[in-house]
Amino acid sequence: MALEITAARPDPALLDLPWSLPLEDWPGEHLAALPRGISRHVVQFVKVSGTVIAVKEIRAELAVREYNMLRFLKKIDQPCVQPFGVVSGRTTASGEKLDACLLTQHLHFSLPYRALFSQSLRPDTAQRLIDALAVLLVRLHLAGFWWGDVSLSNTLFRRDAGAYAAYLVDAETGEIRSTLSDGQRDHDLDIARVNIAGELMDLEAGGFLAATVDPIEVSQTIVDRYRSLWRELTGRERFEKGCRWRVDERIRRLNELGFDVDELTISTDFGGATIQIQPKVVDAGHHSRRLLRLTGLDVEENQARRLLNDLDAFGASQDRQNDDQAIVAQDWLSQVYEPVTRTVPRNLTRKLEPAEVFHEVLEHRWYLSERAGHDIPIGKVIANYIKYVLPGKPDEAAVLGVDTVEMPVAVALRPESQRR
Amino acid sequence: MATVKFDNASRTYPGNDAPSVDRLNIDIADGEFLVLVGPSGCGKSTSLRMLAGLEEVNEGDIWIGERNVTDLSPKDRDVAMVFQNYALYPHMSVADNMGFALKIAGINKSEIAKRVADAAKILDLGDYLDRKPKTLSGGQRQRVAMGRAIVRNPQVFLMDEPLSNLDAKLRVQTRTQIASLQRRLGVTMVYVTHDQIEAMTMGDRVAVLKDGILQQCDTPRGMYDHPDNVFVAGFIGSPAMNLFDVPVVDGGVKFGSVTHPIERSFLTGVGKEVTLGVRPEDLTISMEGGGLPVTVEVVEELGADAYIYGSTTESTGDIKPIIVRVDGRTPPRKGSVVHLTPKGDHVHLFNAETGLRLGG
Repeated sequence: MALEITAARPDPALLDLPWSLPLEDWPGEHLAALPRGISRHVVQFVKVSGTVIAVKEIRAELAVREYNMLRFLKKIDQPCVQPFGVVSGRTTASGEKLDACLLTQHLHFSLPYRALFSQSLRPDTAQRLIDALAVLLVRLHLAGFWWGDVSLSNTLFRRDAGAYAAYLVDAETGEIRSTLSDGQRDHDLDIARVNIAGELMDLEAGGFLAATVDPIEVSQTIVDRYRSLWRELTGRERFEKGCRWRVDERIRRLNELGFDVDELTISTDFGGATIQIQPKVVDAGHHSRRLLRLTGLDVEENQARRLLNDLDAFGASQDRQNDDQAIVAQDWLSQVYEPVTRTVPRNLTRKLEPAEVFHEVLEHRWYLSERAGHDIPIGKVIANYIKYVLPGKPDEAAVLGVDTVEMPVAVALRPESQRR
Repeated sequence: MATVKFDNASRTYPGNDAPSVDRLNIDIADGEFLVLVGPSGCGKSTSLRMLAGLEEVNEGDIWIGERNVTDLSPKDRDVAMVFQNYALYPHMSVADNMGFALKIAGINKSEIAKRVADAAKILDLGDYLDRKPKTLSGGQRQRVAMGRAIVRNPQVFLMDEPLSNLDAKLRVQTRTQIASLQRRLGVTMVYVTHDQIEAMTMGDRVAVLKDGILQQCDTPRGMYDHPDNVFVAGFIGSPAMNLFDVPVVDGGVKFGSVTHPIERSFLTGVGKEVTLGVRPEDLTISMEGGGLPVTVEVVEELGADAYIYGSTTESTGDIKPIIVRVDGRTPPRKGSVVHLTPKGDHVHLFNAETGLRLGG
């Protein structure tokens, strides 16, 4: 059978890869040593035309199914990895059949959870990852996606203004429904809880989890976070006719959680004395959409929130609250944001995404000012940050290092010179 | 361990008119291995999920043992879905990989250790409990994953195409392991597959579904020898049963140039034609030249046996494909015409209109 490549934009360089070898045996020259999650399949990161793609060996019909599932999720704007293609019809030199390969693009600046548990990280990392996963799960459930195998391993994380944004990586077990029943959502949550506990226990067994973190306790929080977010996003609220401000209040709360309300139903009882509201369609990305509209910057939700706050502060400091927002935003971009992000020397640009650098510089300004007891000008803050903080950070554009499936994870993120 | 009963259970998805599972009735005995099989969209996975509590039951009831579980949440049903996730944790020992879910459930250490040891014994993993998964073979890792479900001591095991993402070699190996494991544990198991060979080789009984309707539920032998309708006849068996319409004549049905005798009572009121089914191994080449003329197109030699893939234009005038198993030493040549007759009474008759089996 002939090799068959299905891709939206096929790259001829794909043909040069050693498809006739089992993925496990691919020579090192093709591979990028990125940290991998725990997977039941063989997964490798492969260099193609200057980019990195993740290759997963899996049966052809499952590869095609997952490819189409990821394309669909992308189309409806869900946070997931970008599907790249499927390679099927593989055989070895002696004619033995090999499983197909699913290709996805490596998500720039993304980190598997195992790479995040380095010693330099804050002790509440586990909690932050779970918070991000809860948001992802709620979003996917709202879109009718029944995941089936929710876990930290099947998720990638990007830094998001000190927190994390979660992306779905593995859609193999997923199904799309018009809506999910409570039993189906509960099932996903139950799987998430057990998987997370197992993943944290594994880190604990490897000595990578702070002694203060209890895997079982932390894993339970996925259920609590998920439920409270789900309640806020979908719950029905009832109040007296006089309290109409509660409609605006509800919308404001949803905005604060990062969601826009596309459809809200309002109904009254027979006498009209009580009003009932329930959000019908909510859409994640409230802040990032607003920032994109104003500045063209496409960043994560919390980063956008941070940048918008700074933008508002900029407007207020110049007494321009009544000016056209778009014009103020353009000035802020050219006078504040870009000067900060452009100051990063070229050799340090692989450390963090620009929006995350900006967030960190704002944090740094706060610490320096607090220590000094007065405001420190932004120019000094940047210089100090670039000299003392940024160089100590790991390169995260594409984290290179030893395989995190088996390795002490912390080592991968430390510079060569500091390795044991 | 428990019995399972689907009692007129139906599931209709919102927005659909036709139910995806339509008044399903199956009684599964304690310790039985039941396989749900059928083409995609037949309702087999939906049925399993109704049992697991993952799909709403719109009508009818589901019982596990003496409990009506129709409205219980998945957690409260005491069933285990196997192979949700068999990725093993690299830093944890085999014992911890098997027992960690019990720890989450708050079960005490000595009880966990006991259950893990018991499961390991059944799975031949007793010597590996302190090892890390990295040092195990592919088959052993599979067994650790099974151990995760076993230690939970569920009343019923549920498996939904558990082998579909394994490579061919591991699939056959694991299939055998699951079947023997189920027998050793004596646990009730409901297993979903689209693969009829898997169904026939693993199940104590097999339930064939199509379009949400149960077609037949029987032992593999019973299903093979007495398919209740044309669909089951064509679905079960590989290569598939030959099925074609033949004229009803005095004393039987016409099979090419000969009359195949059929008991008169079977043929009363069936009309001019019936659907005749005969398995590839139940046809013989007639030396006298009478019977159904078939042109040999491909001869597949398997050593002891050979399969002949041919076609006939007899009976309806349309070209009908025919598969015959013959002695591997003297197969007919490609291009030749052979005449076939059924062996003895190994013929299945179905009503040409309704597809239902005629006679015994």
